[in-house]
Amino acid sequence: MRLVEFLQQLINGLSLGSVYALIALGYTMVYGIIGLINFAHADILMVGAFIGYFVATDFGFSFVPTLLIAMAGAGLAGVIIERVAYKPLRKAANISLLITAIGVSLLLENGFNWLFGGNPRTYPAGILAQKTIMFGPIRTDTLHLIILGTSLLLMILLQVVIYRTKIGKAMRATSTDKDAAALMGINVDTTISATFAIGSALAGAAGVLVSILYSSLDPYMGLQPGIKAFVAAVFGGIGLIPGAFAGGILLGLIETFVTAWNSQLSGAIAFVVLIIILIIKPSGLLGKNVSVKV
Amino acid sequence: MSTYLKKLGISLAAAVAIFAALSLLISTSIINAYYTRILMTICINIILALSTNLIINYTGQLTLGHSAFMAIGAYSAAMFSLKGGLPFPLVLLLGSIVAGLFGFLIGLPTLRLKGDYLAVTTMGFCQIIVVAIQNIPALGGAQGLPGIPGKTTFAWVFFCMVLTILVLGHVVDSSQGRAMISVREDEIAAEAMGINTTRYKVMAFTIGAFFAGLAGGLFAFLMMFIEPTTFNYFKSIDLVIYVVLGGTGNFAGCITSTAILTMLPEVLRVVGDLRMVIYPLLLIVIMILRVKGFRFRKIWQFLTGLVTGKGGDSHAAA
Amino acid sequence: MPLLDVKDISITFGGLAAVSDFSMQMGDNDLFGLIGPNGAGKTTVFNMLTGVYTPSTGKVLFNGESIAGLKPYNITKKKIARTFQNIRLMKALTVLDNVKVSYSYQTRYSLASSILRLPGFFREEAEVEKRSLDILKIFHLEDKKDEYAANLPYGEQRRLEIARALATGPKLLLLDEPAAGMNPQETQELMDLIRWIRKEFHVSVLLIEHDMRLVMGLCENIIVLDYGKIIAEGPPSVIKSNRKVIEAYLGEEASHA
Repeated sequence: MRLVEFLQQLINGLSLGSVYALIALGYTMVYGIIGLINFAHADILMVGAFIGYFVATDFGFSFVPTLLIAMAGAGLAGVIIERVAYKPLRKAANISLLITAIGVSLLLENGFNWLFGGNPRTYPAGILAQKTIMFGPIRTDTLHLIILGTSLLLMILLQVVIYRTKIGKAMRATSTDKDAAALMGINVDTTISATFAIGSALAGAAGVLVSILYSSLDPYMGLQPGIKAFVAAVFGGIGLIPGAFAGGILLGLIETFVTAWNSQLSGAIAFVVLIIILIIKPSGLLGKNVSVKV
Repeated sequence: MSTYLKKLGISLAAAVAIFAALSLLISTSIINAYYTRILMTICINIILALSTNLIINYTGQLTLGHSAFMAIGAYSAAMFSLKGGLPFPLVLLLGSIVAGLFGFLIGLPTLRLKGDYLAVTTMGFCQIIVVAIQNIPALGGAQGLPGIPGKTTFAWVFFCMVLTILVLGHVVDSSQGRAMISVREDEIAAEAMGINTTRYKVMAFTIGAFFAGLAGGLFAFLMMFIEPTTFNYFKSIDLVIYVVLGGTGNFAGCITSTAILTMLPEVLRVVGDLRMVIYPLLLIVIMILRVKGFRFRKIWQFLTGLVTGKGGDSHAAA
Repeated sequence: MPLLDVKDISITFGGLAAVSDFSMQMGDNDLFGLIGPNGAGKTTVFNMLTGVYTPSTGKVLFNGESIAGLKPYNITKKKIARTFQNIRLMKALTVLDNVKVSYSYQTRYSLASSILRLPGFFREEAEVEKRSLDILKIFHLEDKKDEYAANLPYGEQRRLEIARALATGPKLLLLDEPAAGMNPQETQELMDLIRWIRKEFHVSVLLIEHDMRLVMGLCENIIVLDYGKIIAEGPPSVIKSNRKVIEAYLGEEASHA
C-alpha cells in the first residue's frame, strides 16, 4: 500500500474508530456503574438517528441543531428505559438484567420497524458538506473530518464532565461502590440516570454520524456498529473510559485496513481482535488484574 | 440402586405413554402436519435448551454462543450424509461428536475467562464460525446447504429428547454434577475442596456442545436446508432466554419454558407483525414480575407434573 | 522432616507489604495458633499456603515437597484443607451435598460411568454417602442433612464449613476464625471438637482466632503477627505476657500497665 493510500485509510480508520469510540463509551459507562451489558445501547443509537432524521427532513434543521436534538432525544430515551426496565431489577441477578436489556433491544428494533417500516431512509443530502479536500497528494473529504472532529469534541466534553463536575465525581464514586456513595449522600438514582443520559446522548450522536456516513438508516442499523463497539469496549477493558476510547479507535483502524485488504472478513474481524487481545491480556488492553480478596 | 431402577422404569413408561399418545394423534391427523412440525421443533429446542442449561444454570458459565455448536452439528451431519452417504443415525452421532470436539477445543482456552469477558468471547466464537461457514463454498456458503434428505421424524426427535433428558439427568446427579454446581456456587470454595474448576467448566461445555450438535443434526434433516445466519448469536440469545426463564437448574422449568416460548410466536401469529413487538414486551414484563416475587416456577412445575406424571424432582438439581 | 516448612515468604499488594519474611514449622499432629490484630496478614498467610496467592519470595514445603504457587485444588490434593473467614458454603446445595462435594476429587468413577449408571457408580456413591454422613454425625449435623446450607443457623454453618474441609481428608487443617460469632458455650464445644478431630483424624491444625480463651486454651504454640511480620512465637504462657504482643493489641500504654 502506498503512503498516500495508507494516510487516506488512516483518516478513514480514525473517523470510523471515533464513532465506535462514541458508542463504546456509552457501553462502558453503563457497565461501570451498574454492571450491565446494555444490549439496548445499539438501538438507542438508532433512536437518535431516527429523531435526527425526522428533525432534519420535516423541519429542515441543519447539522448542528439536528445533532443536538438527536442527542437530547436519545438521552431522554436512555433515562426512560433505565427507570422503567432496569431500575426494578437493580438487586436481581446479572443475567436477569441482561435478558431484560435484550428485551428492550428487540422492542426498540421491532417497534420502530412496525411504526416506521424497514425501508432504509437517508438524511437530506447536503446536511453535511461532502467536499473533497486535498492535503497535498492525500485525498479525503470533509465528511470524514467533520465526523472525526465532532466525535473528538464530544469525547473531550465527556472528560470535562467526568473529571471537572460534581455529577462526574458522583458518577465515579457510584461506579466504584454504589452503597458507599449512597452513604456519602450521593443520590445514586440521579447519578445512574445521568450516566444513562450521557451515554445515550453520545450513542444518539453516533447514530446521526453513522447514518450520514453510510447514507442510510433503518430500525436494525444499530446492530452492526453496536456489537463492534461493544467488543471494542470489552477489549479496551470494560468499565474503563480510556479503554472504550482506545478500543474504539483501534478497532476502527484495524477494520478499515483489513477491509481494504479483504472485505469478506469484515463481519468477524472485531471478534478475532477481541479473542487475540483477551488471550494475551485477559482483563482487556487497559484493564487491571484485580486479585480477589478471599 | 433399586430405587433408581424403579424411578427409571416409571419415567420411561411415562415417556412411552406420551409418545404413543402423541404418535396416535399425529397418525390420525388430529395433530396436522403444521402442528407436528411445531411439536418436533419443540423437542429439538428442548434438547438445545437443556444443553445450554447445563452450562449456564448448573455450572454458572454464561455462554452467548451456544448456537455455534448447533451449526457445527447440523453441517457435519449433513455433510456426512450428502458426501459420505452414511446412514442417518450414524451421521447424527458423528455430527454430535464433531460438535462436542469443537466444544472442547473452544472451551479449553475460553473458559479461563470470567463473567462478561467469557460471554463476549463465546459470542465472538459463534460469530466467527458463522462467518467461516459463509466463506466455505463446500458447505454452501452464505446461500446455504440444500438437498438434505428429510430423515427426521417425530419418533427420532422424541427419542433423542428423552435420551438427552436421561443422560443430562445422570450427569447432574453424580459427583461430576455436584462439582459443576459447586463451581457455580462458589469457585473459590470449590477449588479449596479440591475441584479443578476449569476441568468441570470444560466438561459441561463439551457435553453441552455435543447435545447442541445432536439438535443441529435433527434440525438439518427436518428443514432439509440450512444456512449460516440461522445459527448466529441471536439464536444463542434465544437459548439463553429459554434457559433463564425456566429458572435455575431445574429440568422441568427449563422444558416448560422452552415449550411455551417455542409456541409463543405461533400463538401470537394472530396479531401478525405486532407479535415481534409483543414478544419482547412480554419478556420485559416477565423479568420484572419475577423480581417482584411472582412464582412462575411453582405454576410450571405443577403443570409439568400433571402432564408428565413424574415429579420435577427426579431430575432436579439439589 | 517437619510436615510444614515455611521459609521467609512475603507478598506485596500494590506497593504495600502485606506479609514479610514469614517463617514457621509444623510437625505431625501439632496444634498451633496464628494471632494478631485485624489486618495483620493472617488470612494472607493462609492464602499463600493454600495457593490463592503466590508468595513473591520464600519457600513453602509440605512433606518435603514445594507447594508455593500451586493451584488451590492441587494443594488440597496434597492434603492441606482450609476454612474461610466469611463462610463460603454452597448455599443452593444441601448440607449432605456440601460434604459430598469434598469427595469429588477422590472419586474414581468416570463421567461415562455416571452417564451409563454402571455398578461402580452406585458402589462409590453409596460409599461417599456413608462417609459424608459419618462426618456430619461428628459435627451433629446429620439431622439437617437434607436442609439447604443457606437455611442453617450461623453456628451450624460454621460447623459445616469445618466438616466439609475435614471431608477432603487433610493432614493439615487450616481454620480461619472458626469460633467467630459463637457464644462461650459453643466456643467450648468447638475447642473439644478440635481436640477430638486432631486425635481421631491425626491432623495438624493451624488456626486463626481472635478469641483468646480458645487460643490460649487450645494451642501448643502461638505465632503472633503484626503489620505482616512475626513479632512473637511461643507457648501460651510466654505469649500472654509478651510486651510486644500486648502493645500490638492494646497499644503502648497498656503494655506498660
